[in-house]
Amino acid sequence: MIGGLFIYNHKGEVLISRVYRDDIGRNAVDAFRVNVIHARQQVRSPVTNIARTSFFHVKRSNIWLAAVTKQNVNAAMVFEFLYKMCDVMTAYFGKISEENIKNNFVLIYELLDEILDFGYPQNSETGALKTFITQQGIKSQHHTKEEQSQITSQVTGQIGWRREGIKYRRNELFLDVLESVNLLMSPQGQVLSAHVSGRVVMKSYLSGMPECKFGMNDKIVIDKQGKGGTTDEAGKSELGGSSGKQSIAIDDCTFHQCVRLSKFDSERSISFIPPDGEYELMRYRTTKDIILPFRVIPLVREVGRTKLEVKVVIKSNFKPSLLAQKIEVRIPTPLNTSGVQVICMKGKAKYKASENAIVWKIKRMAGMKESQISAEIELLPTNDKKKWARPPISMNFEVPFAPSGLKVRYLKVFEPKLNYSDHDVIKWVRYIGRSGIYETRC
Amino acid sequence: MPAVSKGDGMRGLAVFISDIRNCKSKEAEIKRINKELANIRSKFKGDKALDGYSKKKYVCKLLFIFLLGHDIDFGHMEAVNLLSSNKYTEKQIGYLFISVLVNSNSDLIRLINNAIKNDLSSRNPTFMNLALHCIANVGSREMAEAFAADVPRILVAGDTMDSVKQSAALCLLRLNRTSPDLIPMGEWTSRVVHLLNDQHLGVVTAATSLIITLAQKNPDDFKTSVSLAVARLSRIVTSASTDLQDYTYYFVAAPWLSVKLLRLLQCYPPPEDAAIRGRLTECLETILNKAQEPPKSKKVQHSNAKNAVLFEAISLIIHHDSEPTLLVRACNQLGQFLQHRETNLRYLALESMCTLASSEFSHEAVKTHIETVINALKTERDVSVRQRAVDLLYAMCDRSNAKQIVAEMLSYLETADYSIREEIVLKVAILAEKYAVEYTWYVDTILNLIRIAGDYVSEEVWYRVIQIVINRDDVQGYAAKTVFEALQAPACHENLVKVGGYILGEFGNLIAGDPRSSPLIQFNLLHSKFHLCSVPTRALLLSAYVKFINLFPEVKGTIQEVLRSDSQLRNADVELQQRAVEYLRLSCIASTDILATVLEEMPPFPERESSILAKLKKKKGSGTVSDVEDTRKERNTNVNGSTDHTTATTNTKPSPSSFVSDLLAAAPPPTNRPRPVPSSSILHMPLSPLSPQAYAVHSAAPLTPFYQVTSSPSSDLLGLGNSSAVNSGSPPAASNAASLLVDVFSESLPVAPLGTASAPIIEENFSRFVCKNNGVLYENQLLQIGLKSEFRQNLGRMYVFYGNKTSTQFLNFSASVVCHEPLNAQLNVHTKTADPVVDGGAQLQQILNIECLSDFVEAPVLNINFRYGGSVQNIAVRLPVTLNKFFQPTEMMSQDFFQRWKQLSDPQQEVQKIFKAKHSMDTEITKAKIIGFGTALLDGVDPNPSNFVGAGVIHTKTIQVGCLLRLEPNTQAQMYRLTLRTSRGSVSQRLCDLLSEQF
Repeated sequence: MIGGLFIYNHKGEVLISRVYRDDIGRNAVDAFRVNVIHARQQVRSPVTNIARTSFFHVKRSNIWLAAVTKQNVNAAMVFEFLYKMCDVMTAYFGKISEENIKNNFVLIYELLDEILDFGYPQNSETGALKTFITQQGIKSQHHTKEEQSQITSQVTGQIGWRREGIKYRRNELFLDVLESVNLLMSPQGQVLSAHVSGRVVMKSYLSGMPECKFGMNDKIVIDKQGKGGTTDEAGKSELGGSSGKQSIAIDDCTFHQCVRLSKFDSERSISFIPPDGEYELMRYRTTKDIILPFRVIPLVREVGRTKLEVKVVIKSNFKPSLLAQKIEVRIPTPLNTSGVQVICMKGKAKYKASENAIVWKIKRMAGMKESQISAEIELLPTNDKKKWARPPISMNFEVPFAPSGLKVRYLKVFEPKLNYSDHDVIKWVRYIGRSGIYETRC
Repeated sequence: MPAVSKGDGMRGLAVFISDIRNCKSKEAEIKRINKELANIRSKFKGDKALDGYSKKKYVCKLLFIFLLGHDIDFGHMEAVNLLSSNKYTEKQIGYLFISVLVNSNSDLIRLINNAIKNDLSSRNPTFMNLALHCIANVGSREMAEAFAADVPRILVAGDTMDSVKQSAALCLLRLNRTSPDLIPMGEWTSRVVHLLNDQHLGVVTAATSLIITLAQKNPDDFKTSVSLAVARLSRIVTSASTDLQDYTYYFVAAPWLSVKLLRLLQCYPPPEDAAIRGRLTECLETILNKAQEPPKSKKVQHSNAKNAVLFEAISLIIHHDSEPTLLVRACNQLGQFLQHRETNLRYLALESMCTLASSEFSHEAVKTHIETVINALKTERDVSVRQRAVDLLYAMCDRSNAKQIVAEMLSYLETADYSIREEIVLKVAILAEKYAVEYTWYVDTILNLIRIAGDYVSEEVWYRVIQIVINRDDVQGYAAKTVFEALQAPACHENLVKVGGYILGEFGNLIAGDPRSSPLIQFNLLHSKFHLCSVPTRALLLSAYVKFINLFPEVKGTIQEVLRSDSQLRNADVELQQRAVEYLRLSCIASTDILATVLEEMPPFPERESSILAKLKKKKGSGTVSDVEDTRKERNTNVNGSTDHTTATTNTKPSPSSFVSDLLAAAPPPTNRPRPVPSSSILHMPLSPLSPQAYAVHSAAPLTPFYQVTSSPSSDLLGLGNSSAVNSGSPPAASNAASLLVDVFSESLPVAPLGTASAPIIEENFSRFVCKNNGVLYENQLLQIGLKSEFRQNLGRMYVFYGNKTSTQFLNFSASVVCHEPLNAQLNVHTKTADPVVDGGAQLQQILNIECLSDFVEAPVLNINFRYGGSVQNIAVRLPVTLNKFFQPTEMMSQDFFQRWKQLSDPQQEVQKIFKAKHSMDTEITKAKIIGFGTALLDGVDPNPSNFVGAGVIHTKTIQVGCLLRLEPNTQAQMYRLTLRTSRGSVSQRLCDLLSEQF
């Protein structure tokens, strides 16, 4: 279990230090600083072992969060906790920065007391936490005794993530499918590796204790329902023919704690009582039949020892009606570049010496289009015989569909006690596909 | 650099550095550096001409980036351009860049060398200095090659400025250190010596450093420097502290120079010329006198400088070792330092005194400080100082104070640091042995030692006690009594149990008369320790029990009961089980007479050097201590006469030496078979078959069973049931014996006759070629010798490739093969003469035709002579032409194999060797090696599948020798047993020797 948690600024100064167990000494703080933050080598593994003590760290902008333990813990659990901790802090005071941490240190210690107990992670649901840990100083005077006991029974009860008696005039929910697509492609256009990692994020403003059921075009669910018989008719007709009969193969997925896993295991249906506000319903990963939104075609020609000609074509590969945004192509330049001339048809391109790359930015681009950039790179002759390693060309973009092909089929809301039905709930669905590590070798 | 940037701007550099310092993170820093690099690259682009200032600025930035840890792969050209500038700062930055960043890159080196040459020949002293500094800083071989002639010329030229001379001397020193072969010793040597007379003290200091290094290499060339150095030293020492102006350091006149001069004098024996000698003595006396004067300053630098000179002077006095008065004075001076506040001084004083103690003149003087040293041992805080104190006590010990010193060391041992305990234990053991007046004291001391620091008492120490007790009749009774008393302590160390078991087993009868130590009590005492001990000790105790059966028939029943118990007879450890079974049977069957013969008292050990001493030497390396040890030994024989050695037994009968080997080394388990030993005839076994050899504490038991009680398939296969096989035992496994065993046998082992060639014969790769035919035979800096060979029947052809690894020619190259007696009658080697010139980087091939006339043991020697860079190189390499090369593999069936195996049952025809595996015991590798050895590998012949069996015929011109071999690995014990049967005994032996080295 986690023995302690430290937060450092970029210089390695300790901002927050919370030790949960006796086996973690004072020197552990320094050990991490000396061996990781101030380490000379560039590549830093997220898990570091120093003198039989394990340090797990994540970095948010310039801030280091390090969990430390002497025991053989589940590393994935520790990282999950650290990410959750980041989410909680962001939810409370916005961006994680040195300034914000210093301003909110009392709050952070309070949070640390609540979400970790003797090193065991506890309830880290922001919504629930916000009911009893607030930034407005001591608020307990305003709470009545009943309210307090209600908080206690909710936090310790079976449904810890939702309190009772929530009421909205408009019952509304927002569903975001956020995906990041990762690709490594050979210069000839062969896919070397590709996968999509996606999240379904939900924002719910529903009254009472609604029971929700979520459906998507997962292959297993659809197959099962196809055999199942009667119930699927409704679901299919609801979807209409819009998505065709496509279904996708999800490699693995994880759910928010509110989802009833037993039901998922037996019936493959995702049913849950949602928390109030924003939360992440599920996370998944797919590797098959990915729609690659962009294709990059590089052409690199070395003209003598002192010149390099680069031509890069990008093609958008989706419906012409859709618009991709925030497109950025990054073309690495050799380390002995002494000058660059760029010509591009669309957008803006610039040689950024500090990053050793040409950065080409396009604001918007419709589907089934193509655009081209050509650059002449002058090189300084060096006496080093080392050949340029030709790092891959990378891309960033945002598209309004899910590259994995995931579709939301339905989200049904039942609230038997209150008098609103599934039809009264206003539902919004949005798909956003972003680039993860999207690279093409040249 | 900061000074530069202040002087003439370079604002850009200052801004860049401050930008870097203000970077918040590593990433930001890298970004800033990338930006700057791109900027510099665009500036260095060929088309624009940069002025000297900006070139300097950018080169400076590159240098800074490099020092931050980033790779720089351009800008070298610009740096070289800076060298030709006329401005000092630009030149300086250029040289700085080059000495930090340029590696031996061919095209640039030429330009750099040109620039350096220009600067060297310019008359500007600062430029010459910069160039010399660059040469010294780079110090590569190329630099040495290019400037080996120029630098000495500048050094001895009459019109060179002092500061340049200084740099030139140090530069030459550096070149001499990196590539000594390239610096020609010539006419300039005598003029270098005369630099000691130079007006300028800086030049003298630099020159002295150079001369020290050169004089260590060829002392004869620089002999004249002695008188000059003495003269210079006396001038410095006698000068008033104000005379030397800049070279007076905190009131001490030229301390660095004095130290160097004194060190130079240490390269030579005391001067023979009386005048010079007198002057030197005077100087040393003055230095000693000065140490007595009150300090002129309270600053630590003053005393440091003064003491540095003093210690160097004392080293010189010790080195000369000829002036008793000086030695005694030095000793007294050091005595004062022993109580000094400074820890470093105390350390140095103890260290110097250690060497002083070995001088006969000052030994007595050193002894007067014994109390102080003992006090230091007890109260000193620093462990390294305590260590020195122990060393000194050891060095100053002699017959008169041995008891005191040993007692002090023993009492210190209880609180000593763990790091030095083992060494103290060894030292106590040696001193106790060396200066023992009565043996009772010796026995007491060692037993005390084991009691106090049992864990640190190495095997050698207790072996030695037993050797001494066995050899001295007068001490045996006392020893038995003492160990008996010592064993009564509730907790005693295992080593004590070992000593106790051994001594009571041998001499328990001497104290049996006393009712308090009756046989039964003795036995019960020993047996009470039995279960707390490790296996080797238990084995030893079992042997002691069987000895008891002989000594005291009345306890026979009790002991048999113990031996019969399941915990012995069915012990999981094979060794213990075997001993229990055998001893029990022995005690039941054998008559009293036989028992008495078998279990006779151990015969005395032969006299030889104490193994502890060897151990101490090994521990300390061949460093100073062993030197001290040697000199002391010589002196002891002078002072104390021949009675020095404690174990003065005259019995030097050769027969019992095997006891020693078995006792002291982890020798193979004893057998009852007399073993023919080809290598050393001393090893013959005594007639009493089950001798106390059984005491041997051996590690790997199951290889050769004691009585052949276990009838494994292997023993059947070997035909051990045959009466003839009784005589065909195995030779001792010399390879698995510890180094001590080698000690004993070293004189008797046949030493391979060396060739007449002046160069030592190199055989390091020889054994690698036994099982393969191609590879690199030898390699040094100049030459690589590769081999490719093929053999058919009794003929062979060997291609020898000589690769010249240098860039210059080898001249007068010749390579010839020499076969010494008796090899020239056994092997015909025909050499084709090789080309006399080998170009740089080229390879030369030579073909050798080999014919085997009869079987042989030695291998021919390849003599190579050539001239390289003016010196004649002489290399002699043993050629891997071995008997097994002429093998023809023979496939045969299991039946045939055993038939032939039985035919070759003559004792001379079989050679067997048991040895420890040197490499991992991988089956596939072993198979490959056996096939590479030349024999056919026969599958399915041996009933035990893990054994290897091979057969082949050796073809020579005169005879053909059939050969069968068998290799039995024992993976548990990491041992092999190799058995070879051929029709000729000498062939068997040679093949066995060759093959056994391979595993």
